[in-house]
This record gives sequence, structure tokens and C-alpha cells, in this order.
Amino acid sequence: MANRLEGKVALVTGGTSGIGAGAVRRLSAEGAQVVFTGSNEAAAAALVTETGAAFRHHRVQEAASWAGLMADIAATHGRLDIAFANAGVEAGDGSVEDITVEGWNNVLSVNQTGVMLTVQHAIRAMKANPDGPTGSIIVNSSMNAHRAMGNFMAYSVTKAAVVALAKSAAVHCGNKGYRIRVNAILPGVVETALITNLIETGPDPKAARAAYEGMSPLKRMGRVDEIAGLVAYLASDEAAFISGSEYVIDGATTAGMMGV
Amino acid sequence: MSDVSAQRLKGRVAFVSGGLRGIGLAVAERYLAEGAEVVLSDLDAEDSAPARDTMARLGQAASYLRADVTSEDDWLRARDLVKDRHGALHILVNNAGTDLTGPVETLALDAWRKIMAINVDGVFLGTKTFVPMMDDSGKAFRGGSSIINISSIMGLVGYSEVSAYNASKGAVRLFTKGIAVEFAQKKMAIRANSIHPGFVLTPLLNAGFQRWVDKGFAEKSSDLVETMAATTPIGRLADPSEIAGAAYFLASEDSSYMTGSEVVVDGGWTAQ
Repeated sequence: MANRLEGKVALVTGGTSGIGAGAVRRLSAEGAQVVFTGSNEAAAAALVTETGAAFRHHRVQEAASWAGLMADIAATHGRLDIAFANAGVEAGDGSVEDITVEGWNNVLSVNQTGVMLTVQHAIRAMKANPDGPTGSIIVNSSMNAHRAMGNFMAYSVTKAAVVALAKSAAVHCGNKGYRIRVNAILPGVVETALITNLIETGPDPKAARAAYEGMSPLKRMGRVDEIAGLVAYLASDEAAFISGSEYVIDGATTAGMMGV
Repeated sequence: MSDVSAQRLKGRVAFVSGGLRGIGLAVAERYLAEGAEVVLSDLDAEDSAPARDTMARLGQAASYLRADVTSEDDWLRARDLVKDRHGALHILVNNAGTDLTGPVETLALDAWRKIMAINVDGVFLGTKTFVPMMDDSGKAFRGGSSIINISSIMGLVGYSEVSAYNASKGAVRLFTKGIAVEFAQKKMAIRANSIHPGFVLTPLLNAGFQRWVDKGFAEKSSDLVETMAATTPIGRLADPSEIAGAAYFLASEDSSYMTGSEVVVDGGWTAQ
């Protein structure tokens, strides 16, 4: 089962860091040709050198920008097999009492509208595959879809919304007879640069790290490559009967009562 | 970076209950293909034709014992065999199960107790028996040992005239979460997850369909296969190998952060 993804073409949004970058590495390692998007040019260049993947500067929430990106993938690769709708933000988020409309709109535009556009354009591209409508779309939700955070309201709301989005798209593809699968993954706390930065720039890094690690009964955060392993499985033909599912990958954080 | 080469279960020992047919057999075949050594159990006698034929085909890395999952003595024998032959256990697939259909008001108490014994007691006893050995064996790996309990989509949603099966598979779902949290909190090297297959073309499904045909609900069982396919968004039933793919993922290091999770493999059936 080596090189499960040989001959497949993958799109990863928000691929310059964190889970997205992990997915770029893993999908490339399993033989896929990967196109990833984002806005951090320096990080992207390093990842291109490391993996041989291609980078496109692109913002998922800008509807008008999608035609060009997909035309580019079609012209270069002639197909699309895998789409990982990963790009997400929390900038501008807050509690329901404090959030501004601008902050709310910012989070929704990327986490919800951006994911919708990714799934929509991926299905359209996959429909045009030379061997018929085939492919696997993976939406990066979060365990916060099931356990909302009080101080990150919009993030929690969007992560719940995209689970329903994935299920709706999965049922639609089934109804249409497309062999295009759509699933959501719901990671727990993953040790990305974003989380590490939050820990290290806070008033008490040691306590912050302990708090993040303590959320899972495993008493550690997930690692980026552990999430990428699940993405690769769902992307592969091994998962051919899996569609409309939501896979929690959180070290049992939401299997019980947190910390009890 | 995880090892993405083939034979990712080399050096691992797996036990699969209900291993002679259907999903259990497909899981055993997949684990063997990935380099694991596999012990299978089922109800067939050790010198029966199904056991002998299957074991001859599976080869030297596989072994078989007759064991009833509802018998604690049989599980202790299984543990002794695994210990003597392999000295370790890394993967336990509690797969053996049976179904039971009928209106709740006419279900016999004995039949209810039998399905609970096989589908729930069997999972509990298998887990209980092998936990100490699996904790020891799992310490050598980041992801530890892996317990994989085969539940069902019927453990997630209710279905008419399947209430006893619903109850048994729902119990498996939450038993799995309970042990996942328990093992993690105690820093034991064992993960536990449940798989929830949708409609899979297995001997168990065929037997169930035949009973419906006998009751006059359908003319032939292939009509029922078509009906089930039509209610599944993907438009077909699963092959047992597709459930084995999930059982492989959960056994491998790729799932090292997954514990207490539900792996639904149902072609979109419960997404509707």
C-alpha cells in the first residue's frame, strides 16, 4: 500500500503552515502531486523546495479568485482527485458578548464561505476528470464543532457549520451518482506553530502548555503528522465507502468529560 | 514523518474474533498482507472444513482457535495461546457478532440475552482478558496497542424491528469511549475506537436478508441488496475489504492520536 496516492492530484488550502503544511508533506510523500494555497510566500517557498509541491497565492474567501486557480490546476495536471479544505482563521473572534460584526464576518468568510467555495469548486473540477466524476474532499472542522468555546464563538460556529456542509455535499454527490466523497475531520488541540506561539507569548507559558496538554486524557496535544495520516487515509481509495462521515481525532478529549 | 511504506504492521500481533468469514476474515487478510501475525477465533471446530480451508489459505503467520466470545474460559485459553505462540498482543479486533430482528413485543427474553451476550459480553470479555498484555506490548510504539470494536450504524441510529441489535451496538459504542478515556487517563499504552460499518456484503447480512425473504417481505434477497444500495448515498453496499481498510488504519501508527473515536464507514447512510 505504499504510494497509495500515486497519480492523484491534490489541492490543499491554507497549506503554508500547521495541519495544512503537514498534509502537503504527507500527500506528497504518498505520491500525489500537490498544489497548495496561502499567503505566506516565505513559508511556501521553503515547503515547495522540501516537497516539490506547487504553491499558488490565493485567498479562499474571494469567490472571483477560484476560476483562475482551478483553470491553472486543470491546465497543469488535467485533473483533481483530492481537496483538503483546510484554510481557517480566528482573527477577530471573541465571545458572543464582545465580538464585532467585522470580526464575525472575517471568521465566517474564511472558515465557512471559504470552505463552501473550496468544496463547490472541487466538485466542479472532479466532475470533469477524464475517468468520470471521482475524488475525495476532506473538510477540516474541529472538536469545537461539538464542544463550543465561549471566547471563540465564531470559530466554534463555523466549525459546526462545515460538518453539515460536508454531509450535505456528500449526500448531493451520492444523489447525482458522482463517485466523489466528502468527509469532515475534527481534530482536538494540535501542536501547530499557532498554538506554540499562543503558549510562548502568554503570561505563563508553562501553565498554558499544561492546560493545552491536559485537555486530552492522553495528556498531550496531537501532532501535525498524526492529523495528516488521517487526511491521507480519507484521500486514498482505501476509504472508498467512507462519505458523509465526521472523524474525531482528539486523543479522547470529547469521548468523556474534559478533565474528569 | 510516518513510515508510508507497505507492511506497516510488521512485528505486530493481532487477534480477530469472528475471523473465519465476513468482515473478520477481511480484516485478518489485510493485517497479514501488512506483515502482522494474526490469531483468529470463531465458533467452528478447529478440524472443521471452513477452519482448515481458510487457515491453509492464510498461511503460516495465521493461527486459529475455536472460541466462544461469551465464555470467559475460552478467552483465557485464547490469551494463553497468544502468549505461548507470540508473547505479545498489539491489536484486538472484537468483531464477532450476531443480529436479531423482530418487533420488540414478541422478542423472546432468551434471544435478547443471547445477542447481548455475543455482541456486548463478548467485547467486554475480550477487552478485559487482553488489556494487561496489550498494555505491555504497546509501550514500544507511539500509538500503543489498539483495540478496535466493531459496532454498526445501528449503534448510532434506531431502526424498526432491530431494537435489540441497536441496543447491543450502542453499548459497544459507549463501552469503547469509556475504556478509551480510562486507558488514556491511566497512561496505559492502549487506544480504543469503534468502527460503524453500514450495509456490507457479508454472510451475516445475506442470512438476515434470507430471513426477510422467508417472511415474505421481499421476493429475493438481491431485491433487498438493491433496496439497501438505493438508500445509501454512494449507491452500493460495501465490500468487507473496505471495512478492513478502516481496521488497518486504526491498527497502524497513522491513527496514534485517535482514541475514543467513532469511525463510520457507511457510504453516507447516516449523513442523510
